[in-house]
Amino acid sequence: MEKKLVISPSPHVYGGENTLRLMLDVLVALAPALAVSFWVYGWNVLVVTAVSIASCVAAEWLLQRFLLRGPLTVGNLSAVVTGTLLAFNLPSTLPLWMVATGALVAIGVGKMSFGGLGRNPFNPALVGRVFLLLSFTGAMTTFPAVTDAVTGATPLGFIKGGLKSGLSISELASQLSYADLLFGFKSGSFGEISALALILGGIYLMIRRVISWHIPATVLGSMALLSGVLWLADPSSYMSPLFHLLTGGAMLGAFFMATDYSTSPMNRRGMVVFGVGIGLLTMTLRLWSAYPEGMSFAILIMNAFVPLINKYVKPRRFA
Amino acid sequence: MAKKFRKGGVHPPENKSTRNLPCETFPLPEVAVIPLSQHIGAPSVACVEVGQTVVVGQLIGRSGGFVSAGVHSSVSGRVTAVGDVTDIRGMRTPAVMIEVEGDTWLDTVDRSEEIVHECDLAPEEIVARVAEAGVVGMGGATFPTHVKLSPPPNTKADTLIINGAECEPYITCDHRLMVERSREIVVGATIASRALGVERTVIAVEANKPDAIEALRLAAAGRVEVAELRTRYPQGGEKQLIEAVTGRRVPSGGLPIAVGAVVQNVGTAVAVYEAVQKRKPLIERRLTVTGSGVARGGNFAVRIGTPFEKLIDHCGGLRDDQIKIISGGPMMGYATGNMQSPVTKGTTGILALSGSEARRRPETSCIKCAKCVSVCPMGLEPYLLIKLVRLGRAADAEPRAILDCIECGSCAYTCPASLPLLDFIRTGKRTVAQLKRERDAK
Repeated sequence: MEKKLVISPSPHVYGGENTLRLMLDVLVALAPALAVSFWVYGWNVLVVTAVSIASCVAAEWLLQRFLLRGPLTVGNLSAVVTGTLLAFNLPSTLPLWMVATGALVAIGVGKMSFGGLGRNPFNPALVGRVFLLLSFTGAMTTFPAVTDAVTGATPLGFIKGGLKSGLSISELASQLSYADLLFGFKSGSFGEISALALILGGIYLMIRRVISWHIPATVLGSMALLSGVLWLADPSSYMSPLFHLLTGGAMLGAFFMATDYSTSPMNRRGMVVFGVGIGLLTMTLRLWSAYPEGMSFAILIMNAFVPLINKYVKPRRFA
Repeated sequence: MAKKFRKGGVHPPENKSTRNLPCETFPLPEVAVIPLSQHIGAPSVACVEVGQTVVVGQLIGRSGGFVSAGVHSSVSGRVTAVGDVTDIRGMRTPAVMIEVEGDTWLDTVDRSEEIVHECDLAPEEIVARVAEAGVVGMGGATFPTHVKLSPPPNTKADTLIINGAECEPYITCDHRLMVERSREIVVGATIASRALGVERTVIAVEANKPDAIEALRLAAAGRVEVAELRTRYPQGGEKQLIEAVTGRRVPSGGLPIAVGAVVQNVGTAVAVYEAVQKRKPLIERRLTVTGSGVARGGNFAVRIGTPFEKLIDHCGGLRDDQIKIISGGPMMGYATGNMQSPVTKGTTGILALSGSEARRRPETSCIKCAKCVSVCPMGLEPYLLIKLVRLGRAADAEPRAILDCIECGSCAYTCPASLPLLDFIRTGKRTVAQLKRERDAK
């Protein structure tokens, strides 16, 4: 008999999914937000994104090729995703050498030092962003002007600063347009500005079953809950929940950063715990810390709890 | 509303291209190789000698105990050997080889087409006839049916479920059976429910077989329930099926009878019908030959002991140099290296996958996507189980319920990194079962 029979244990068929396809889906989902950023901030957006992606891919390739000497994995596009997400968390005017430095930290420290894809405990893009924020605070918090109303300050920074200087919430809120917040005419890290584009991307990821609703819904839900309770109790001191959902890293964090596979829990009940933690921490930091924004830190802090969540929050067994 | 199980599951492409091909009677083989162990439990003991002539339906292997089943000749002719042959797994197994001469049947078998509806036998007599005919579960698990029909005295069955889910992709023999022999299924179901004394009898079929559901409803005429199931793998898994139909969940480590349920495949229902009403032993079965590796597919009624190769040749032979031949479906079937493997009571299909379909994908890094956890119908954590087993810590997988795994393969099917999840879970299960035996022995 000339035929060769292949033998292996069941199952004998595979589903349509693979790592590359999942990464491509994330990139597709990020495209609308990138388009809005380009429209609002211009060519800088594409340059920063390109430099960030190129630096991330180069860092991963160089580290694997010359230091770790393991298999090369840049082909799965996970470094491209990290590069894009890091860029989304930067001002479009950040000097390019800082972008490249952030990318090196994201991939080198955030990802490869733990063994690469799937083994890193902290979201690599956020590791890069927080490194840059702490190292180059000035450059990282200076944003180009978009509208006359809130020149150069993010809506969250504008509110926090205004409250500090004694202005009332109603005076401050009257200078903001919710439509601008939704569509993206505001200052901020360039990828986070359009809540609408990010929501569309998030819905795409859920339809493609790349992510489930558990993390985004619980992050946004708990943010809305905490800010809503405070707003109802004292509307003269707190902004509305809608304001908090449409500003800062809320949408980018809930749909794209918190849902990062390696750094989020391994079952749906755990995801709920994780998401609620992020939402509550984000609001806590936004309202009562020195920073106007809290999403990045909240995600990184909850990343640290993931092993514990995986250990104690188990999926419900069949019986 | 289609009934469904609540946890996990996947929906692979159905690929049931043979669904509309009527079942053909497959020609007799020249030589039938009939294994003496085609069921779960003790092997049967040969009761024929070399040189002896046998007829179709004659007992050739006596049941080896209560949890065992008799084996009957599927052909008429002369016994040429009684000894070991290579089975589907490449292991030696005792079998009887018969050179086929003509097609003479045992004269007690009623071979007419007429359907005998009435049955007023006592439960014990039904069980005795089923045992005598060597009937075993025909969905692939091959548990002796007379054992299932006589639950232990301290238990009580209230629901009989006839499993027509056929949730494995590619396989369509049960589908054709339900369309073509719906009346026999209904009579078989009522006989089995009579033996068990159950209040409720449900024939459950996945929604992707509307013609089967219609035929069964017509045949049942209200005497038994026909339930539509959501099309989702592993709907035909015993525990998932019981949950979908009754809402009850079989406890971990427990048997269906613990929640008052007994499950029989639709093919088994027909075998019960034939055993009780026609006195026909289980000597043939229906199976599907399909897949990209054969020129054409089909559904066939095949005598037990027919070699796989004959079926494959009949379907145009293998089309590629690299082929995987699977006994059963693609999710739970067994890939064999032995083209001479005989069709047995549990062979639901022969699936030939060619080219890249036949190959495994290379494993990449786990990306912790948690998809294996969300598709597991038993609520286990496959990613964790494979990690523990690979670290040599299978014992730690026991409290993580590794023995609850039903080996449906949903985790490995869905894994974007192509991790061999089920391979290692199986290994771990074996280790844990061994540890448990040692512990119980102390």
